[in-house]
Amino acid sequence: MSEALLSVRNLTTEFLLPDGKVARALEDVSFDVLPGQTVGLVGESGCGKTTTLMSVMRLLPASGRITSGRALFQGRDLLQFSEPQMRAVRWKEMAIVFQGAMNALNPVMKVGDQIREAIELHNLMDREAAEKRVGELLEMVGIQRARRDQYPHQYSGGMRQRAMIAMALACSPDLLFADEPTTALDVMIQAQVLQLLKEIQKELGLAIVMVTHDLGVVAEVCDSVVVMYGGKVAEYGTADAIYNNPQHPYTRRLLASFPDLNRPGDTLASIPGTPPRLTDLPTGCRFHPRCDVKVEACETVSPPMLETEPGHYAACHLCQGREARFS
Amino acid sequence: MTAPMLEVRNLYKYFPIRQSLTDLLRRKPADYVKAVDGVSFTLERGEVLAVVGESGCGKTTIARTLIGLEEQTDGEILFHNETVGAHERRARAGLVPLESGGVGTREQQVLPRMSMKRLRQQAQMIFQDPYESLNPRATILEIVAEPLVVHGLARGREERIARVKTALEEAGLRPAEDYFLRYPHELSGGQRQRVVIASAMVLQPELLIADEPVSMLDVSIRAEILNLLRDLRQKRGVSIVFITHDLSTVAYFADRLAVMYLGRIVETGPAREVLANPQHPYTRALISVIPVPNPRQRRERVILQGETPNPIDLPTGCRFHPRCPIATAECGKIDPPWHAVSPTHQAACLRIEQGTP
Repeated sequence: MSEALLSVRNLTTEFLLPDGKVARALEDVSFDVLPGQTVGLVGESGCGKTTTLMSVMRLLPASGRITSGRALFQGRDLLQFSEPQMRAVRWKEMAIVFQGAMNALNPVMKVGDQIREAIELHNLMDREAAEKRVGELLEMVGIQRARRDQYPHQYSGGMRQRAMIAMALACSPDLLFADEPTTALDVMIQAQVLQLLKEIQKELGLAIVMVTHDLGVVAEVCDSVVVMYGGKVAEYGTADAIYNNPQHPYTRRLLASFPDLNRPGDTLASIPGTPPRLTDLPTGCRFHPRCDVKVEACETVSPPMLETEPGHYAACHLCQGREARFS
Repeated sequence: MTAPMLEVRNLYKYFPIRQSLTDLLRRKPADYVKAVDGVSFTLERGEVLAVVGESGCGKTTIARTLIGLEEQTDGEILFHNETVGAHERRARAGLVPLESGGVGTREQQVLPRMSMKRLRQQAQMIFQDPYESLNPRATILEIVAEPLVVHGLARGREERIARVKTALEEAGLRPAEDYFLRYPHELSGGQRQRVVIASAMVLQPELLIADEPVSMLDVSIRAEILNLLRDLRQKRGVSIVFITHDLSTVAYFADRLAVMYLGRIVETGPAREVLANPQHPYTRALISVIPVPNPRQRRERVILQGETPNPIDLPTGCRFHPRCPIATAECGKIDPPWHAVSPTHQAACLRIEQGTP
């Protein structure tokens, strides 16, 4: 798909562990981000959501390496970029709101100065103009300009998250990655932050890739959803298809484990077992040890990604469809 | 009528704010964080009460006061009709006798007292973060056996191991022997929270106080822990005070609900009834922002702007009026009294009285 802002194709990332073992954190991950759209990356802890972001941003720790795949951003493969080339793209064209924003700000630097630093590092404007921009950014995320000179500890959790968003928007990127932007926030503040992201998206025409384990958040804001399990994509499609016509047993169980106010009193369907360790991945389908509908093939053969309906993909032996071809 | 298992009457907890020397010299009156500001409720045996509200509404302070981690400023906590809480530290300092009446308010003189140790045999707390509430250098067996040692129960080694085994298996860690010699860092978040629950349940308490027991866990693991708490309540008849900011989990197993705002309960009643027919505008807003797991059902959300004000300078009148979407001028002046929506469901809002909630 040429109109995509970001096309991730067959991304495979490995980590070298201290004991010499190799952990395959991502395998064959493919998805598209269209301009102005929100894509949700969903899954349990350790399924590779954050690694996907870090691979595309080329911010993996030294032990991580991308072994194959492409990440086409506006037609250019980010994975082939040198570090200086990457630096020119990072923050100016794609920015990230890191996980745990509560602790991601520098505690001994005024919030306004931290935002200005992001602008100045990219040589976008002189100090006076940068200062003006800081004020605009703070206002955009709903923080009074007067609080520019305060330190992070004087901000509440929700305000710190807003400040992180302001910082990510400092250089007007086209693509925003948000890693668990609402986790650890109260429900009301969570709603405020989601509302803010939606407003900013509408105003600036941003594309957002949101990493979360909260299916409710995804349902509220995402246009399409990538469900990940054990480093692979289990299912990928529009939010409507994922929620109303889920194909992969993992997606179905994940949805069933989410409490729904409209049907209180049901027993919550939990998913027994734990996600696989990346050093010790099961053979065949990675979900088979926890799957309640597995067949014999699941234990030995890794299921191919199938297109079950146009634009809706699932990797499960029980699904019907033709083998997916990502252009 | 027999007394309820737990009764809280007019509980207050104020934390003094440290004053600067200049303020002290100027004789400025001390400021207080009014974390809990007049809260009353009861809990029956086998009942689950959910206490819901945003950060800073005082819900955790209530939990900590119930279990004696904080000393209440005023008010009574009665467990099986014996007062617990406030007097413990004074008793330890020799100021009042421990397990009897003594100096104190009128109520306290009448009622027998219970020592903290005896209370904690019957009331246990589950903390929010299973990554920080387990001793990293103790094995699971040591962790779960410790309460038995502290309380001098199950003195024989065999018996102690048997009780630890039962507790772990009831908490869903089977076979228990596989976990005995492991350390917390070898377990996943969900398993750690099960260990926390096992070490609370090993004493077979009547009351569990669970402070956000699932908020640090993945959604799929949350369901398991909530189901586990629900089973324990059914099998063991344990009562639970369930503290959370997430109303969606409440519907699953709470019998009653108390919504808190700035140190006060603003609405209380049977959980289903309150969720289906919320009266207080704050409750309505909280319910409206619960994410619905279906994009076809995106609803109109009442997103309150701003955050809970600090509980030092409380707003006059109704505490919620500065953020309330339907507040009138009167709301800023009159502290709303309780309004009975039904015999069991009450809300404190002037607009209900006026018939235009």
